[in-house]
Amino acid sequence: MKRWINFERVGAIIERDMRKFFRSPALMVTSMVFPLMQLIVLGYAFGGKVKDIPVALVNEDRAAESRLILEKLNSIQTGPRTFRISEYSSVPAALLDLRAGFVRAIIDIPHDYSRRVLQHDRPRIAFIEDNTDSFVTSQLFERVQELTQSLNAPGFPSRLAPKIDLQVVEIYPYIEYIKYLLSGSIAMSIFIVAMIGGGIVFIDDKARGLHEGYLVTPIRKSELVLGLNFAGTIKGVMAGMTITIIGGLIAGIPRLWDPVRLVYLLVVIAAASLAMISFMFLVMVRVNDPLVPRAIFGVLNTLLFFPSGAIYPPEGFPIWLRWVSVIDPFTYVVHALKNLLLKNTGYEGIYFDVLVLLGFSVVLLSAGIALFKRQI
Amino acid sequence: MRRANETNHEDGRNSSGFPPMKAIEVRRLTKRFGDFTAVDEVSFTVPEGEIFGLLGPNGAGKTTLIRMLTTLTPPTSGTALVGGFDIQREADGVRHAIGVIPQALTSDPDLTAWENLSIHAKLYGVPAAGRKQLTTDLLSAVDLLEFRDRLVRNFSGGMRRRLEIARGLVHSPRILFLDEPTTGLDPVSRTNVWEMIERLKKRSGLTILLTTHYMDEADKLCERIAIVDHGKLAALDSPASLKDSVPGADVVEAEFAGLPASGCTAPEWLEQLRRLPQVIDVLEQGGAVHITSHSGPDTVAGLMDRARAQGITVKRVTVQGTTLDDVFLHYTGRQLRDAVQSSTPLDITHLYK
Repeated sequence: MKRWINFERVGAIIERDMRKFFRSPALMVTSMVFPLMQLIVLGYAFGGKVKDIPVALVNEDRAAESRLILEKLNSIQTGPRTFRISEYSSVPAALLDLRAGFVRAIIDIPHDYSRRVLQHDRPRIAFIEDNTDSFVTSQLFERVQELTQSLNAPGFPSRLAPKIDLQVVEIYPYIEYIKYLLSGSIAMSIFIVAMIGGGIVFIDDKARGLHEGYLVTPIRKSELVLGLNFAGTIKGVMAGMTITIIGGLIAGIPRLWDPVRLVYLLVVIAAASLAMISFMFLVMVRVNDPLVPRAIFGVLNTLLFFPSGAIYPPEGFPIWLRWVSVIDPFTYVVHALKNLLLKNTGYEGIYFDVLVLLGFSVVLLSAGIALFKRQI
Repeated sequence: MRRANETNHEDGRNSSGFPPMKAIEVRRLTKRFGDFTAVDEVSFTVPEGEIFGLLGPNGAGKTTLIRMLTTLTPPTSGTALVGGFDIQREADGVRHAIGVIPQALTSDPDLTAWENLSIHAKLYGVPAAGRKQLTTDLLSAVDLLEFRDRLVRNFSGGMRRRLEIARGLVHSPRILFLDEPTTGLDPVSRTNVWEMIERLKKRSGLTILLTTHYMDEADKLCERIAIVDHGKLAALDSPASLKDSVPGADVVEAEFAGLPASGCTAPEWLEQLRRLPQVIDVLEQGGAVHITSHSGPDTVAGLMDRARAQGITVKRVTVQGTTLDDVFLHYTGRQLRDAVQSSTPLDITHLYK
């Protein structure tokens, strides 16, 4: 009986591709350098708590109650160091520097603040913010709000709890942003291998006429497509696992060498590689111009990476971008990797993502085989 | 114009007395790309064991024809049997029966010579047991054994071509297709490839179909030649028969400086040349006059006398026996070398649409 797939031929194509891959160190290096650079630079650029934000203080009161505010501001300045206080004589002068960018916010204590506090007459403090940078102002606002809450707290706590108390429990230790970003970097390295190996090299070989040498043999198109995609999957796994180890060490992932987690990581990375290479192959299957994959590399990168939740949660996206996120294979890769790297969940944290990625792969591979032109 | 003829021997039988088995049978094969007809109802057969050539300039349709026969491109109409298999309905059978050396160098430059052969052997299902020995023998046959572990990107053009011939033979095919096997090679490499093809034929009785635009290659290697131009088959026979089919044993080629001082016009001058001794026909092309003649020396003597009498200077005159270029000129109206020089660079991008 004639076999549907001749796996020796598939193996021959895989062997061919892998030999070429190992002779191209530039490809291996490129697929890892960029994601690692991104991990380190973005991870530390975005991850830190803001410190030493210049803030203007205008104290028009100068009475006892306002000095209490000054004490609390000084303790923030010397402790968490969220801001640096500069005293100004008037709000207009401070506003000038706010607009020029020398200060990022103004805390104004009005002249009647102390009187209103003593008279319980709704005392107010003004917080004038430069809201062009929401990152900075949100952190500043948080600190100032803590300050006003501490001012509002009674001197002696009541035995009766007059309001609902919220007790926050964090089940995982604090996750630095670089750890949060690691999943995206792993996905990115797999994507780069898929793009270069499955896109650029595939089209370049086609343009050089190398494919003709294989198309005159009895190889079926399913065997050729599977061979190319499986070879790409192996390359993606190698790149992904390497970034996992190196990036995990840089980011400080605890218990990185847990063998069970490593196995689960391998499964996710293999499924991710297969999905991405088959996606890239489908995009390029009818393309002949070597410029096309180079031109669309950046576009695809943006379309796949940013909606995936790698750097910002999809829950914050508008509806249309959430739909992009749903059909984006990167999303499932990032989700599964986060579950493994940040939470060390077991099988239950990844099985759905792996199933989706495998489903993607089956559909995309089938379409790639159907569209592949066996004859020129 | 002589019609394309498929005679092998006078009665069509081979030396065994039996009609030769047909390795390749082409029936009205046509390929169109939009409005452009690359191959126009071509028909011919190639018996087993023959070296058959398709001779014509770039753009004549040779490569397109060979791509259809090797199942790389589907025909628009017509059919062909290669090794007894239909190229459209039994493409798999065709691929098993043939070895192909395409015009472009398709050996993988990022693999070694050994790896190129080994991987192809696997694609053809050559049993693992004999694969190593077969690869060694093939590399040895093409004088590349000492370079077995060198990357193909470091090979010269000639070496790469020899490797591809070896690769085309890895599965012991019955029919070998070579598309412009020596284009771009230096003279020494060309000779090496010719010798290899002749050895192959002697040793294994392969049927070989090659395309070329080199007259000397077609003349030297091929037992029969099909002249192809503008997608059509203009003539088909052995090189000797094709040359004999051109009237006149000799061709006198002459260039003159201007018109006769006697005042006769160009057509009158050509008419005078037609009346020279032993002349069969006179054609003017590309600034030169081509005179087919039963006896070149007699015609030249008469030409010199007539030119002196008419006061016209003869810049150049040559006499040669009939060449395939003359055959090409006779059947297509233009010279092969002019057709090669004037043809546009091979553009195969349309083949990828």
